[in-house]
Amino acid sequence: MVDTTSGTRRRSSAPTPEPRKAIELIGARKAYRSGTIEFEALRGIELSINVGEYVAVMGPSGSGKSTIMNILGCLDTLTEGQYRLGGDDVDDMDEIDLAAIRNEQIGFVFQGFNLMPSLSAWRNVEVPMMYARVPKEERKQRAQRALERVGLGSRLENRPGELSGGQQQRVAVARALVGEPTIILADEPTGNLDSVSTMDVLTLFDELHAAGRTIVLITHELEVAQRARRIVWVRDGEIMRDEVNAA
Amino acid sequence: MNWSETLRISWSAVRSHGLRSTLTVLGILIGIAAVILTVGLGLGTQKDVSAQISSLGSNLLIVSPGSTTSTTGVRGGFGTSSTLTLADSEALTSSVSTPDIKAVAAEKSQPMALTAGTANWTTTVTGVTTDWLSVRARTLSSGAFITAADVTDSASVVVLGSQTATQLFGSTNVVGQTVTANGKTLTVIGVLASVGSNSSTSLDDVAIVPMSTAANELIGGATSSSISTMYIEAQSSTQLSAAYQEADSLLLNLHGITNSANADFTISSQDALVSTATSVYRTLTVLLTGIAGLSLLVGGIGVMNIMLVSVTERTKEIGLRKALGAPPWAIRRQFLIEAAILGLSGGLLGAILGVVSAWLLPGVIGSSVVISPAAVGVSIGVAIVIGVTFGVYPATRAARLAPIDALRSE
Repeated sequence: MVDTTSGTRRRSSAPTPEPRKAIELIGARKAYRSGTIEFEALRGIELSINVGEYVAVMGPSGSGKSTIMNILGCLDTLTEGQYRLGGDDVDDMDEIDLAAIRNEQIGFVFQGFNLMPSLSAWRNVEVPMMYARVPKEERKQRAQRALERVGLGSRLENRPGELSGGQQQRVAVARALVGEPTIILADEPTGNLDSVSTMDVLTLFDELHAAGRTIVLITHELEVAQRARRIVWVRDGEIMRDEVNAA
Repeated sequence: MNWSETLRISWSAVRSHGLRSTLTVLGILIGIAAVILTVGLGLGTQKDVSAQISSLGSNLLIVSPGSTTSTTGVRGGFGTSSTLTLADSEALTSSVSTPDIKAVAAEKSQPMALTAGTANWTTTVTGVTTDWLSVRARTLSSGAFITAADVTDSASVVVLGSQTATQLFGSTNVVGQTVTANGKTLTVIGVLASVGSNSSTSLDDVAIVPMSTAANELIGGATSSSISTMYIEAQSSTQLSAAYQEADSLLLNLHGITNSANADFTISSQDALVSTATSVYRTLTVLLTGIAGLSLLVGGIGVMNIMLVSVTERTKEIGLRKALGAPPWAIRRQFLIEAAILGLSGGLLGAILGVVSAWLLPGVIGSSVVISPAAVGVSIGVAIVIGVTFGVYPATRAARLAPIDALRSE
């Protein structure tokens, strides 16, 4: 995992001719059963995302994009097909290995921020590193740096309740960044934000992309999706279009 | 995530639900305090009873007339026609065949009304020999005890128990006063020191007279030489059973009885009394501790209940932690430590409450309470074990939550 992240950094300064793959979905199918009715949320998805890409997964509700988000985030497993994350085959992993994968390779940004209300900003950012057994002093330094990176260097000790929605989401982004994950997975990150905060967070994603981060953004808003460099259109569990964003 | 960090997280979770945690802790606290207190009370009562029984005299064998074939049946006319005589007691004292017997005190007792001026008090008048004071391990608070000469001369003297003296004269400073019993005037020559007994038969309410005075002038009866009880003092506590054998065979011999099953007397020891009393109180203690233990169990169920509520309430937090990389064991550990904190707080506070009550209670109920450090230690241990045991199921449930379902819950 360390190789991957250091690779990410190296790539940002000097891109290599053959880009490494961050994500690979091969023949991905996912079926849910409720009673006797079986519902296919994913019907054979082929998706490959390179390290350093900024991709938006775009589609209306019920299109299967939430399922894609859960699969990519290792929160759920495929019924059929293969999912490779940073070179690791994620299928057939047990809960303990999946926990480690989530910890090391994925940085989540949720629609509802999902910060712990009783913890200060830096304590929230620290959480993933605690599960990665990073030493205490290093954790605080790295949390501080991550918060400075998202422009909240002066709000280290504030609790989520004392921050605006945009600031809370930036804390969540700092938490996603701090473990140097393979991908940053953002699920409707601007869904709960006003237009000013939305611009704020999207600008932050632009900066992170420029710095070489791999970002997968799941959204139903075209306005948001158009900030990405590549848009994957999903409908009824299938990819309709996969295009480079000219804008 | 190491132990101290898990501890910090669990502690802040416990603290953030102050009232709920306090109520849970209260359940454990009451249980632990009840256990410590009942065990303490049981031990204290046992100690009190043993002390009371041994205050009757040390290394003692008690010979009473009549026979007991078992602990439940009594044969022979107890007190009606006594089979023990003064000659028996003299034989036990002087015989060369009883080297393990140090002294013998014979008693001849009868309830009798004493009069002093206008005061009237019914007490037990007991005729004794001079060895009585040492054999029964009593002391005088004032005056002197009955001498051998008093016994020989059937002197009209009496030594009063402290309670008797107070009842008759209003004070214990009564040496030189006179009392009348059965029409005979007796001079008070001494007062016994109080032994402070709160057993049902008071050791402080007695009137001690020379054996001969009791036999010939006060009590009389069919055989003036019959006695009601003999106290045999062994040379030491290790020689008690030897003294028992010697007294038994000598008395059988004197009474011309060949089969010991037909003995017309009974020898019992303080040990037997102590062990009977102890076993009674032990049974009581076990019973009470059982009831207290039940309340502890209820407290444990309270911990489980609260932990289940906590898991349900924090489903989203659990989901988030899992998404951020918490493996199942870390979640389980967090909730187990939370339960253990509740158990430990309850245990510590319960131990404090138990010890404080044990310290205050003797003043209120007049019974001593013995706090054994072992009981306190074990209770605290039990409290933690209860917390953890009843925390296992909720913690496992938390650990098993699917992160995707947990995250989705609002």
